[in-house]
Amino acid sequence: MSDAALPGAAPRTEPAPGARPVPFRGGGFRPTPRRWVGPLVFAALFAAWEAGSRMGWISPIVLPAPSEALEAFSNLARSGQLALHLQASLSRLVQGWIFGTLLGIAVGFAAGLFSLARAGIVPLVAAFFPIPKIALLPLFIIWFGIGEESKVATILFGTFFPTVIAVYGGVDGVDRGLVRMGQSFGLSRWSIVRKIILPGAMPAILSGFRISASIAIILLVAAEMIGAEYGIGAYVLLAGNLMATDQLVAGVAMLSILGLTVSWLIGRLEKRVLRWR
Amino acid sequence: MDLALAHVSHRYNGVEVLRDISFAAPAGRIVCLVGPSGCGKSTLLRFLGGLERPDEGQVTMTGEPPAGSLNPLTYIFQDFALLPWRSARGNISLALEDHRLSRREREEIIADVLARTGLSDFADALPRQLSGGMKQRVAIARALAVRPACLLMDEPLSALDSQTRELLLDDLQGLWERERFGAVYVTHNLAEAVRLGHQVVVLSRRPGQVREIVEIDMPLSERKARAAELEAHQTRLWELMREEAMAADQEIADV
Ligand SMILES: Nc1ncnc2c1ncn2[C@@H]1O[C@H](COP(=O)(O)OP(=O)(O)OP(=O)(O)O)[C@@H](O)[C@H]1O
Ligand SMILES: [Mg+2]
Repeated sequence: MSDAALPGAAPRTEPAPGARPVPFRGGGFRPTPRRWVGPLVFAALFAAWEAGSRMGWISPIVLPAPSEALEAFSNLARSGQLALHLQASLSRLVQGWIFGTLLGIAVGFAAGLFSLARAGIVPLVAAFFPIPKIALLPLFIIWFGIGEESKVATILFGTFFPTVIAVYGGVDGVDRGLVRMGQSFGLSRWSIVRKIILPGAMPAILSGFRISASIAIILLVAAEMIGAEYGIGAYVLLAGNLMATDQLVAGVAMLSILGLTVSWLIGRLEKRVLRWR
Repeated sequence: MDLALAHVSHRYNGVEVLRDISFAAPAGRIVCLVGPSGCGKSTLLRFLGGLERPDEGQVTMTGEPPAGSLNPLTYIFQDFALLPWRSARGNISLALEDHRLSRREREEIIADVLARTGLSDFADALPRQLSGGMKQRVAIARALAVRPACLLMDEPLSALDSQTRELLLDDLQGLWERERFGAVYVTHNLAEAVRLGHQVVVLSRRPGQVREIVEIDMPLSERKARAAELEAHQTRLWELMREEAMAADQEIADV
């Protein structure tokens, strides 16, 4: 006999007289995506800026109109200087970042896998990591000269340490249960490293890439400001010295685009490599 | 191939976990291991498969594993231990890749174990797309792929809901009927122990000692139908464990 069969317990569908709806208290605290807002904010900002400059509210010495910055940029492109600056900057960035990352991955794996390597590497990294690497540029200039090598070395050094930390943190974070599973199936040490530890550490390694790439861009600009003929940093510095704010804004905008491109590339890589998540 | 423990004792950081444990896991029979929480069942299983070494005592195997056995001592883990970046097929393949097998042989083995565990339609699914029961089936398929002489299972069903557990229990029984592998099966669930065990080893609370070894003679295939008779075994096991479990529970409350 079930409870529903009791007299008077028949299900009612009509609300009883005097029934009130329960007041709603949930909702909120969950931002939902609004696609059009971002572009709109940009458009409004640029429109206001342009209007302010044209009306004379913003002095051209302080801040040029966006259209003037664009003009400066297209002049730069037409004169062929843009390609020179970009090429100089990109080749330093790519060389420094790639060598720093490769070395960082190798050393990070050593620290993650071998007790002896860890005992040697971790204190060293702890001592070097907090040094703002740009402080080492003068030393690198003495060692390698004022040319490309000292700039690449600064970027290499700057990307190396965060990569080591990300990689060995990632290796530590790999589920030991999976490693034990690999051992229990008799996999070789090399197979365990390649098929279990490397993919398991990949999320941490890729988020390390994001950090090291942004550090690399900062160091690139700083190194180029200290002594370079070509490069975005040199261009921005020269524009500042000449009070050419239109060129200055164009240079800064290029850096923003460079940063966005790098983070987009890393995002693509994450999508590909971490498809399983 | 028979597996045996002789006078095994072990301490972790000075705490005695296991004391003088001896029992055998003969070929083709399922030995269930029950005991209160923290009494060292998982530790014992790690010793049996050679993942850890005991402080004292020996773990031995006698006789040759059956011909074609790739990994005589094979685990099935409570948390499945599947690589999340590999599909069901890829996870099974992992266990075979370090052996000298041609690509064709490997694929045949994988297709065979997928079919035997009812996973053929899920071969390319990633672990995150599978339910708990399906994940454990993949882990079982992976274990079968290396043709084990002895399966070492640490609470393989305890992460699953009770309906799924019942289904997998039937699966395991069916697989045993066909393969006749030896197994050591750790569980908290006495109903599982009497459904699958030819022998149930009851351990005391920490430090774990063998309290009793209960033989259950009924053939596995009849156990589902003769549940009432099993009930008696289960009650007896519970009586053996009751005090230990209560004491173990109190101990944790004292800490
Ligand atoms: N690697 C380790 N280091 C230190 N202590 C450990 C280690 N592994 C297990 N222990 C301790 O040994 C004891 C036995 O652990 P074990 O996991 O074998 O118990 P168990 O019987 O499997 O318990 P449960 O039923 O909860 O799974 C526990 O007190 C545990 O804290
Ligand atoms: Mg356990």
